[in-house]
Amino acid sequence: MSRIVRPYGDTTGDGMVQLSFTLPIPHDKRAEGAALQLAAKMGLDGAMLVHAKPIGEGFTFFVVYGAATHLVNLDEVKVVERDYPHLSPKEVNDAIRERLGRKLCVVGACIGTDAHTVGIDAILNIKGVAGEKGLEYYRELRVVNLGAQVAVPDLVNRAVDEGADAVLVSQVVTQKDAHLHNTREMAAAFREALPPGKRPLLVVGGPRFDEGAAAELGVDRIFTRGTTPSDVASYLVHRLVTARRDHSEPGPSDTELQEETA
Amino acid sequence: MTAKPLLPLDPALVNEARALAARAAQPVVDLARTHTTVSVERAMLRIAGLTGADPDGIPWVNRLADAVAGQVGIEHGIALPVFHALKDFPDLTRLAHAAAAGAARFTLPTDNAADEARERATAAVTTGFDRIDRSRRRRDALVTEVGDPPQRPWIYLIVATGDIYEDIPQAQAAAKAGADVIAVIRSTGQSLLDYVPEGATREGFAGTYATGENFRLMRAALDETSREVGRYIRLTNYASGLCMPEIAALAGMHRLDMMLNDCMYGILFRDINPIRTFVDQRFSRQVHARAGIIINTGEDNYLTTADAVEAAHTVTVSQLLNERFAHEAGLPDPLLGLGHAFEINPEVPESFRLELAHALLARQLFPDAPLKWMPPTKHMTGDVFRGNLLDGFFNLAGVMTGQSILLVGMMTEAVVTPWISDRDIALQNVRYVLSSCAGLAEDFHPPADGFIAKRANEVLGEAVDLLGRIVDDGLLNAIADGTFGIMKRPADGGRGLEGVAKRAEDYWNPASEILDADQTPIFERRGGEDR
Repeated sequence: MSRIVRPYGDTTGDGMVQLSFTLPIPHDKRAEGAALQLAAKMGLDGAMLVHAKPIGEGFTFFVVYGAATHLVNLDEVKVVERDYPHLSPKEVNDAIRERLGRKLCVVGACIGTDAHTVGIDAILNIKGVAGEKGLEYYRELRVVNLGAQVAVPDLVNRAVDEGADAVLVSQVVTQKDAHLHNTREMAAAFREALPPGKRPLLVVGGPRFDEGAAAELGVDRIFTRGTTPSDVASYLVHRLVTARRDHSEPGPSDTELQEETA
Repeated sequence: MTAKPLLPLDPALVNEARALAARAAQPVVDLARTHTTVSVERAMLRIAGLTGADPDGIPWVNRLADAVAGQVGIEHGIALPVFHALKDFPDLTRLAHAAAAGAARFTLPTDNAADEARERATAAVTTGFDRIDRSRRRRDALVTEVGDPPQRPWIYLIVATGDIYEDIPQAQAAAKAGADVIAVIRSTGQSLLDYVPEGATREGFAGTYATGENFRLMRAALDETSREVGRYIRLTNYASGLCMPEIAALAGMHRLDMMLNDCMYGILFRDINPIRTFVDQRFSRQVHARAGIIINTGEDNYLTTADAVEAAHTVTVSQLLNERFAHEAGLPDPLLGLGHAFEINPEVPESFRLELAHALLARQLFPDAPLKWMPPTKHMTGDVFRGNLLDGFFNLAGVMTGQSILLVGMMTEAVVTPWISDRDIALQNVRYVLSSCAGLAEDFHPPADGFIAKRANEVLGEAVDLLGRIVDDGLLNAIADGTFGIMKRPADGGRGLEGVAKRAEDYWNPASEILDADQTPIFERRGGEDR
């Protein structure tokens, strides 16, 4: 299979894409010309304007089809691949019970002004998402869902009180990059409050995060669109149970672990 | 307009549901009548005419109420201490300045001093109620002059830029494109502010702050547009969160036409203390009743967290409770915009038939209420093409089941705050369905022994069972146990509890006194379909 790809309409290599957008000008011949010029500058060859419709007085909506002149080399595509095994709820529970010997504590919240709990609820609520049960369903996980609009200091205090192994934060609102500011603030607060070995694993999720930005934002992992509870549970087990025991990574509960196994 | 009954609901079961809702609501009503909150007291100050904010943006009503709360508490009502202290000041604003500077002494007056304070307070709030009454008469006059929308459902569209001056042209454009109702979504997080921001605002998060000045600006702009388009464009905002009573008062004075105002939303979804919410909610509903404002309740929210098929009956239960609380506060059926939503997973077989059953059940249980029909959100994805199809089916269900207010669904629901083109495509979708199916409801008679009728009866039965358990358990305990929307909210938890006080024997609030006097609870109810 070729590692170089173009979009596919109905014939291999035709490069066809469809595009819709609005220009802030009234609908006339010049507006249609402007739409085609934009399409050409976006790299569409032989662009066809198939639909143009005025919206209100000063706007026009367009649908354009055309052949993309760009090629994509699959070898140059960078993504964050899952670097841990995917486990079923039973495997997660077994791993925690056998290797950690106590329940793993997860504290979740929407921080800042974000009131959209849909993300954190999908992952935590027993109801779950996409046919999967949420983390509350996992017997060996102790889940504390703080809900919406939790202040960062409250989250830190609660995580400390609960002895959280991991903190899950969901950020849906992205206006003015609120999700990035909030995440940085949270990471900084945990760094300030706890020494490295005592810090819970920091996980954020939301539809508009860049998965590769975890280090830059100061968190351990970012999950984006399409994440299910078992993805998160598998990751938690990987980082907090398996990896720690296999590589003796320093972590928040090392002393606890040693005490229990001693 | 009374909706015609189409389903063979058992009238005895319907009566039982209402009787149980009344019993479940009663302890909470008693609680609301025997407590006050800082926001109820501040709403009284707003009705009495106190406006403005200090240089930090903290409203004078907060400054004044906080000073009284600190010196004499709120359990007697702050009206007497405030209007007693007012004898030494030219107006409430000057008194608030002094209170903020620590230069005002507040005491609970007695005898003649109390009578004089009572007189001043009553005169001040009467001015505010006159203003609310004038706004109501003005609405009636405008509706008579320019007319109501020609069709039902009314088309309800959301605007949310964060900047009131950007919202205004968008709202006007939306009205010209076919919207009958404009809702200005509030900035995320306003519900948890224990004050109402002041003035025109130009920055918000995923919405625009609800302020008195923003209300005034938008209403004036829509009055202009109403004349242009030849129908009265209604304006909606949110009387919810920690300042629910104050926002209701501002809405009444600035002639908003609808307000989101749910009996349990703040508790479940904003973790606001249950008692705070029920006390604030009762006062705000009394204000809405006086102002002729249609409330919109938030049952759609339960279905975004719980499963829309399994939890269908929780919507019915909440509607019955909302109806009861509304009637108790003097809101008549035509002001009762009970909510429900098209949120069943489209992968569920026969999901559309289930939606029709649930929507018809609500229509038939509340034939005189302007039901608000909410679009799919939970099962909307980045697949905007599928989203547009789902919205089309949502519109169709709304027309077939005679819904009254239709919130326009956006195919980009899960993707972005709506673009101008998203709104245009969504309105095109609504217009197509409304026009192509205009009289379809006349032809739609689900058979008495069919799937839809059976399902509606099943949900009603489950609702009665749940109401029975709520009566046994107590509504506050049911909320604490996570009965609604899965969230567990204990009565002694949540935000705003510190702003709640049990009313003392001598509690007096001139605004509550007037509202209680013009309120005739609407308790005599219909049976099932026997009307």
